[in-house]
Amino acid sequence: MKIKIYPFFLIFVFLIIFFVFYKGLKNSNIYTPNVQAQIDIPEFQAINFENNKTINSNDIFFKDKFYLLNIWASWCVPCREEHRFLMNLKKEKLIDIIGLNYKDNHLNAKKFLDELKSPYKIILKDSDGTIAIDWGAYGVPETFLIYDKKIVKKIIGPIDENSILEIKEILK
Amino acid sequence: MKLFKYLIITFFVINYNTIYAQDINLEKKITKNLRCLICQGQSIYDSDSEFANSLKLVVKKKLESGNSEEQIYDFLQEKYGEWILYDPKFNKNTYFLWLLPILMFIIGGAIIFKLFIIKKN
Repeated sequence: MKIKIYPFFLIFVFLIIFFVFYKGLKNSNIYTPNVQAQIDIPEFQAINFENNKTINSNDIFFKDKFYLLNIWASWCVPCREEHRFLMNLKKEKLIDIIGLNYKDNHLNAKKFLDELKSPYKIILKDSDGTIAIDWGAYGVPETFLIYDKKIVKKIIGPIDENSILEIKEILK
Repeated sequence: MKLFKYLIITFFVINYNTIYAQDINLEKKITKNLRCLICQGQSIYDSDSEFANSLKLVVKKKLESGNSEEQIYDFLQEKYGEWILYDPKFNKNTYFLWLLPILMFIIGGAIIFKLFIIKKN
């Protein structure tokens, strides 16, 4: 008896194709980065915005403490929007806000802070954007919640009321 | 003797150019294999966005400090996930992707072999 293999083969191929497309149907075609992963913070050296002295990341971030690293620039419009939320968070004693001034002109950045006040404990300069890449950032604004030298939460885009509530909840 | 000196200098200059060119070629190759995550359908090499320009600089600095192509891919994969690589690595998520063409080739070959060669005989 001759076994007819072709119909079965065709059905098999069809099923594989169906399975691949069906799986692909549910995937988002927009890239969604993993924002929940707990990754160790990078070690780096940067220039202090205030005094132009080189500072090591180990002298900024300590264990058992919460930090918020906010990447900002004076040319970035959403940074202006999120600024009031950062000023609000500054009142929390449990957290230190560290600023990373991304590809900015020093004078413009200074004007920005004079106008809106600074929520930052320390501001670091990232004039070529390479420190932001070390953090796995995409651009400005972007914010990282850090605890125990690990990134606990990543907020891509401007901070809003909800993200502040979430951060405060984590701080509790 | 003078000619010998010139020859040595020429030798070094030519070799330096080759090394430099190799570095640039490798830099090009790496940045072409990296996806610009904030652009649509562009590689880091093709894009002129702030993100792409910073990443180009990071690749250049890493190559200058003696990192290999693999090390640079590993570093960026750790930061941004596998999506940043255009040429995905062989792992449990990509078995199907890498093996399906080979499987198709083998099955196709078997069909051709059965239809034409065995029938002929």
